[in-house]
Amino acid sequence: MHMADALISPLVGGVMWAATAGITAYGARRLKAGGDDRVVPLMGVLGAFIFAAQMINFSIPGTGSSGHLGGGMILSILLGPYAAFLAMASVLTVQALFFADGGLLALGCNIFNLAFLPCFVAYPLIYRTIVGAHASEKRVRAASILAAIVGLQLGALAVVLETLFSEVSELPFSTFLLLMLPIHLAIGIVEGLLTAAVVTFVGKARPGAWAAAPTVAPLPGSGRLLARWLLLTAITGGLLSWFASTRLDGLEWAIFHSSGREALSAPATDAHSLAAALQERTAVLPDYSLPPAADRSDAGEVAATGGEEEEQWPDVNLATSFSGLLGATLSMLLAGLLGFILLRLRQRH
Amino acid sequence: MAKIESSFLDLDYLDSLAYRDSPIHRLDPRIKLITTLLFIVCVVSFGKHELSALLPFAIYPVALLLLAKLPPGYILRKILLVAPFALGIGVFNPLFDRATLLHIGSLEISGGWISFASLMLRFVLTVSAALILVACTGFDSLCLALARLGVPSVFVVQLLLLYRYLFVLTDEAVRLARARSQRSFGRRGMELPVIASLLAQLLLRTLDRAQRVYLAMQCRGFDGELRLLRPLRIGTTDVAFLVGCTTALLGLRFADQIPALGNAIGGLLSS
Repeated sequence: MHMADALISPLVGGVMWAATAGITAYGARRLKAGGDDRVVPLMGVLGAFIFAAQMINFSIPGTGSSGHLGGGMILSILLGPYAAFLAMASVLTVQALFFADGGLLALGCNIFNLAFLPCFVAYPLIYRTIVGAHASEKRVRAASILAAIVGLQLGALAVVLETLFSEVSELPFSTFLLLMLPIHLAIGIVEGLLTAAVVTFVGKARPGAWAAAPTVAPLPGSGRLLARWLLLTAITGGLLSWFASTRLDGLEWAIFHSSGREALSAPATDAHSLAAALQERTAVLPDYSLPPAADRSDAGEVAATGGEEEEQWPDVNLATSFSGLLGATLSMLLAGLLGFILLRLRQRH
Repeated sequence: MAKIESSFLDLDYLDSLAYRDSPIHRLDPRIKLITTLLFIVCVVSFGKHELSALLPFAIYPVALLLLAKLPPGYILRKILLVAPFALGIGVFNPLFDRATLLHIGSLEISGGWISFASLMLRFVLTVSAALILVACTGFDSLCLALARLGVPSVFVVQLLLLYRYLFVLTDEAVRLARARSQRSFGRRGMELPVIASLLAQLLLRTLDRAQRVYLAMQCRGFDGELRLLRPLRIGTTDVAFLVGCTTALLGLRFADQIPALGNAIGGLLSS
């Protein structure tokens, strides 16, 4: 469920970072405006509780697998959406740093999927609506289960969309969706059941527990502000990624298919062309391939000028592969050599 | 259960690495944070079929690992521990992209395998960079860096408190789980109602603890802010490191260095 850095593009990561940074700043401001500093240690300790709770697994009947508490929903019920969002974001940050569970660039995506969606979408729209003003046990149970399911389904959908926009995976949208949604439906039901059980147990054992937890009421008009802000982010992200995919990646795709290389280096300046000329003269493997045969002598020019000759693209010859491999091996050796030298230097000290 | 306990011992160990001393440890945490982010952005910004241009980026984690005297085996184990998710998504690439991209002799390698290898390489690079950042900086210093870089103080305080109580509460959870496993055999006692009451007990204890912590903090004059008193100073070494790394990373990102390298060596061989 945690997105990894390797699965996203900088554009997607950047947009999600911007979005979650905005929400974090907004949540922090709202929390400060609430003026109740009791919430500060409570958030910290409850964040640690989420970690601890994830260590206690339980078996899911009939499947042989085990599940654990996710966290977003129970924190929202205890703390209200703003504090819960910040607590969940901090949990995800620690997971990214110490467990390498989700990366630094993907942190924005993960906070959006696992903190924003349950705290700001599933909790107010599902949980609060069902529970209403008078919380009965039955309502709390139904609301927790449904809200946990919806939160996780939205999260899974977001994972699929983020991966799709990043264009790193080859998985088609529908296949990926069919893989992710059923799994997270099962996880969501389990999490919902557990959340409901914990919430009702605490309600019975200590009836005042929920009332004692400080909640931060949203100021009037803040919802609209947030919505506007989100819309802006979505539009910016959408436009940017559309632009990037039509201009950049489309071009790269065409070049890639016509020449068998990811990108062509553009000899724009004199220095470039001088270096290129030098290279051409000295290299055994000029421009990534062996001296061209007569019938394909113009392949390089075609690729450089337009790159439209589709039929040539699988025609990646041995020499291209060879010089690529040679370069790659050499750079690996260089990294290893550097490591060796540093190791030696260290031992001498 | 032993597995969980050892994984948290690990967590402690990662942070304890930050107390060692090396030129990398002495760098300003802000500088390290920014450089790591730049490295990750550079690595993931390549196209999905790029493999050869990614390899030189391995120099960065290898160099840091050695300069900071970190145990490579430990970092590698942590990377392997979290590999399954990226592996699970990446493994579909060879199934869906079967167009041949590369020939090695008579062996044909499809684009899917190349993008899969590229994905896993990126995964190893980014994860190792993040782990090295924590191992040579430490959590407290990272939080300080975040605060100085303009992250809201409420969030930084939250991170610090979370980290402080993480060990306390996981110890408590481990004790609860151990007590349960000693009173039940096999999978018995693992049912939902049992676990729910365990978790609820833990939650009640947590709420009580939060109340005690709050009162103790109040007694010491807490007003919603944590004041971090460690001075941070960016010196010439820090600037040099940042400039050097930025130049190297951007150079690796935008120069078509692999064929250049191949050509240069080839030129040496032929002359």
